[in-house]
Amino acid sequence: MKSAVIVFPGSNCDRDMDVALKKFGFKNEMVWHNNPEIPKSDLIVLPGGFSYGDYLRCGCIAAKSKIINSVVKFANSGGLVLGICNGFQILTETGLLPGILQQNKYQKFICKNVYVKVNDKKNKYFKNIKKEILELHIAHNEGNYFCSDDELKCLKDNNQIAITYCDKNGKETEDLNPNGALNNIAGIFNKNKNILGMMPHPERMIDKYLSSNDGEFFFENLIENLK
Amino acid sequence: MKIKVIVTLKKGVLDPQGKAIQQTLNGMTFSDVKQVRQGKYFDIDVNMEDEKKAKARVEEMCKKLLANLVIEDYKIL
Repeated sequence: MKSAVIVFPGSNCDRDMDVALKKFGFKNEMVWHNNPEIPKSDLIVLPGGFSYGDYLRCGCIAAKSKIINSVVKFANSGGLVLGICNGFQILTETGLLPGILQQNKYQKFICKNVYVKVNDKKNKYFKNIKKEILELHIAHNEGNYFCSDDELKCLKDNNQIAITYCDKNGKETEDLNPNGALNNIAGIFNKNKNILGMMPHPERMIDKYLSSNDGEFFFENLIENLK
Repeated sequence: MKIKVIVTLKKGVLDPQGKAIQQTLNGMTFSDVKQVRQGKYFDIDVNMEDEKKAKARVEEMCKKLLANLVIEDYKIL
């Protein structure tokens, strides 16, 4: 399986993602944002970080990069596009995913482990995943997911809410919502579920000696589903 | 020609920075401040003579980049 991680000026989770993808068997290539074309891939990843210093709005400058047209083309033809953290922000700014990630409700940069619940398994990302409540890491200042009432209804009706913040037993309450996101949303799909944007970082959770290893469930499962 | 643009959050959209500014003002000698909404100001110098055409061009910029219409409104001054 081939993957490509798009690197923008200010990306800083790109190499972690590269390590994670390779660990689980992807043949990964790093692709600079100025390239007009993406090498043939089964998965494109927009990594976390602070592309263009978060100027104007998080992800909005990266969303106008040269390579984005190829990403949109790939996504619209059904290719898998995964956006983590800043990558999620870029996906909303390109319009590939609805809504926007606003500043956290309590104006703090949040850096901690959280639990998230997998809400939908009828997709390439979570089909057959062995664990439905994952302990993952978040690190963001703008993770407060917001969209219009109509868009939220659409997300619910089509089971596009991929993962939600919860406790370790899967209970979702407002006090477990770290950033004020609508309905505890931590990640969403597009309608066809080939595009996934999420705030938590599975690539930071792939080594039991350094962290929890719940990210392994995510990557192992993803590559299996792509085979 | 210079065109000025103000981008503000839509009514009802959470504005944590505006809230913090309001609370700070209240804690100083400005207890009469009821609400603060923070926005962005752009001063755009375009290489055009016709004001109407320049504003139309800037409007396009607002829609495509300067504002995110999910949560923001823009005003061309």
